[in-house]
Amino acid sequence: MLVGHQPKEFLLAVSGLTVSFDGFKAVNDLSFYIEENEIRVIIGPNGAGKTTVLDLICGKTKATSGSIQFRGKELTKMKENEIVQTGVGRKFQTPSVFEDLTVFENLEISFPRGRTVFGSLTFQRDQLVKDRVEDVAEMIFLKDKLNTYADELSHGQKQWLEIGMLLIQDPDLLMLDEPVAGMSVSERVKTAELLNRIIKNRSVLVIEHDMKFVEDIAHKVTVLHQGQILSEGAMEKVKNDPKVIEVYLGH
Amino acid sequence: MIINSRFFNRSELTGFIVLAAVLFVILPLSLDVFRLNLVAKYLTYAFVALGLVLCWGYGGILSLGQGVFFGLGGYCMAMFLKLEASSVENTKIQSTPGIPDFMDWNQITSLPLFWQPFHSLTFTILAIIFVPGLFALIIGTAMFKRRVGGTYFAIITQAVAAILTILIVGQQGYTGGINGMTDLRTLKGWDIRPDHAKIILYFVEVVLLFTCIGIAQFIRLTKLGRILVAMREQEDRVRFSGYSVANFKIFAFCMAAIFAAIGGAMFALNVGFMSPSFVGIVPSIEMVIYTAVGGRTSIFGAIWGAILVNFAKTSLSESFPQLWLFSLGALFIAVVLAFPNGLSGLWADYVQPRIDRLFARKPKSGWNGNSVADGAPAE
Repeated sequence: MLVGHQPKEFLLAVSGLTVSFDGFKAVNDLSFYIEENEIRVIIGPNGAGKTTVLDLICGKTKATSGSIQFRGKELTKMKENEIVQTGVGRKFQTPSVFEDLTVFENLEISFPRGRTVFGSLTFQRDQLVKDRVEDVAEMIFLKDKLNTYADELSHGQKQWLEIGMLLIQDPDLLMLDEPVAGMSVSERVKTAELLNRIIKNRSVLVIEHDMKFVEDIAHKVTVLHQGQILSEGAMEKVKNDPKVIEVYLGH
Repeated sequence: MIINSRFFNRSELTGFIVLAAVLFVILPLSLDVFRLNLVAKYLTYAFVALGLVLCWGYGGILSLGQGVFFGLGGYCMAMFLKLEASSVENTKIQSTPGIPDFMDWNQITSLPLFWQPFHSLTFTILAIIFVPGLFALIIGTAMFKRRVGGTYFAIITQAVAAILTILIVGQQGYTGGINGMTDLRTLKGWDIRPDHAKIILYFVEVVLLFTCIGIAQFIRLTKLGRILVAMREQEDRVRFSGYSVANFKIFAFCMAAIFAAIGGAMFALNVGFMSPSFVGIVPSIEMVIYTAVGGRTSIFGAIWGAILVNFAKTSLSESFPQLWLFSLGALFIAVVLAFPNGLSGLWADYVQPRIDRLFARKPKSGWNGNSVADGAPAE
C-alpha cells in the first residue's frame, strides 16, 4: 500500500504500446493513463484490440514495444504471477473458475498467501482465511453456496465467483473483460451493484459493450479503433463525438 | 494438518482398511512365498501408480516415461547389491577380481568412477531418491518453464524413456547391457534370496508403500493438492491468481519420479535383478494403464489397478502368453470408453451407494475422488 502518494501520480501509465502479430498491429502506439480510484471503461468495435490491451497489461501477451508502468514498476518485463503480486488482477471474458473445487476452495486459492510451492504445502486454513472467504462470498451473493462445486453454478454465478476470486486478492488495479456478457437482466443489475461496491479504494479497467452499463459506472471512457485511441473522455463527450458515432455507436 | 478436515474421509478410510487388511494379513496368510514374492513385484508398480495419481490424476501432467525413474531407482539399488556380490573372493576366477562380472566380460579392468560411491548403503539410499528427483527436476524445469505441456510433454518423456534404454543397452560394460544386473545376493551381508528374507522384504515394502500413501494423501489435502486440481482445470486462472504454474508442475513431476524410484529400488531387492526391459516405452505405458484402470484420481484405486492388472498379466501369461498384449490393449480401450474413472469410479458409482444403504446412514454428498473426476474425461 502506498501512503500519502501524490494525487497527480498515475496508477497505470501505458505509453507507446505496440504489439504486432506477424506484421498485423493489434495495438498501435497506444498511450493512456489511469489515476488512483478511477473507473475507466474501454469500448470499441470488434477487433479494436480491447482484450489485447488487457492481455498486454497482465502479461499474457508480450509487447513488441512501448512501456506499461504500474506504480513506477515496468510490467512488460515481468512474469504473469509477478504482475499479480504487484497488485494487478484480471478477470477473463469467459468465466474461468475451478469447476472441480468448491466455491470456498476457489476463493481460498486466490487468497494472497502461500503462493510458493513450500508456502502452499504449509498453508493453514485459519480464521483469517475463513473470515475473508465468507466476507467475499457474501459480497458476491454466494454465501450459502460455499460448499457447492463450481461446476454446479449458473453462468452468472461463475462470473461473480471469478470477480470474488479477484476481490480476495485485493488488487489495486482490477481489470474486467465484459463482466455482464451473457447475464440475465436481473443478474446484470446485481452485477452493477456489486461492481459499484467493490470499486472503492481501487482503480478499475473494464471492457464492456452494454452502453447502459457503461454509462452507469464509467468515470472516463476510452474508445479504441484498430488498435488506436479514437476518442477519450467523459461519457457525454464521447457519446457525441462524430467519429465515435460513425465507427461504433452509429449502428 | 489442515484444520477441520480429517486425514481420510469415510470412503477413503474403507479403502485404507481394506488395503491394509489384504496386504498385511490376508495375502501373507493365504499365499506361499513364491506367490507372495509375485505380489511384492506387483506392489513395486503400485509406487509408480501412486506417483501418477499426483502428477497425472491431480496435476493433469501425463508422463509416459515413468519407467525412466523406476529404472533409475532400481539401477541405483542394483549397483549397490551388485558391488556387494562382486567381492574379490566371489570373483577370483575373473581376470580382474572385485569388479562386477559383466565388466570383466567387457574387458574393463577397474571399477568406473561413478560406481565407486555405491559401495556405501547410505549413499545408495540417498541416490535412489535424489538421482531420479534431480533428473525429473531438470526435465521438468526445461519443459514447464518453457510452457511445454500436454501431448508434447508426454511425447518427450516417452523419448527420454527410449533414450535411456538405448544408453543402458549400449553401455554394456558399465550397466550390464540388455541382460541388466543379475545375480544380486546380499544386502549388508544379509542374504536376500531365501524364503524368510523374501517375507521380510515384502513387509518392508508394504510399510514403505503405506508411508508413501501417507505422503501422497498429505500433499492432496494441503492447498498444494487443490492447486494441482485447479491447474488441471484452468492453468491461466492459477497463473493469474499469482502462482508460478511451472514450479507446481515441477514439484508434482518430481514427487512422481521419487515414488517411482522407490518402487524400482524395491523391485531390485524383491525380484533380485534389474534390466532395461523395465525402463523403456512399453513398461512406461503399462504403468499409465495400471493407473487408468484403477482410477487416476484415486490413490487406493490406482494401487489396486497396479496389483490387479499385474496379477492378470501373470495369470494370462501363464496360460495364454500370446493373449496378454491384446488384453492389455482391450482393457485400455475399455477404460477410456466405458469407465474413464477406472475401478475406483465403478466402486464409487455402484458399490459405495450399496454399502451406504446397508449401513442405513445418510449418504454423504461428496465422495471426493468422484466429484473431482466427474468433469475430467480420460485424455
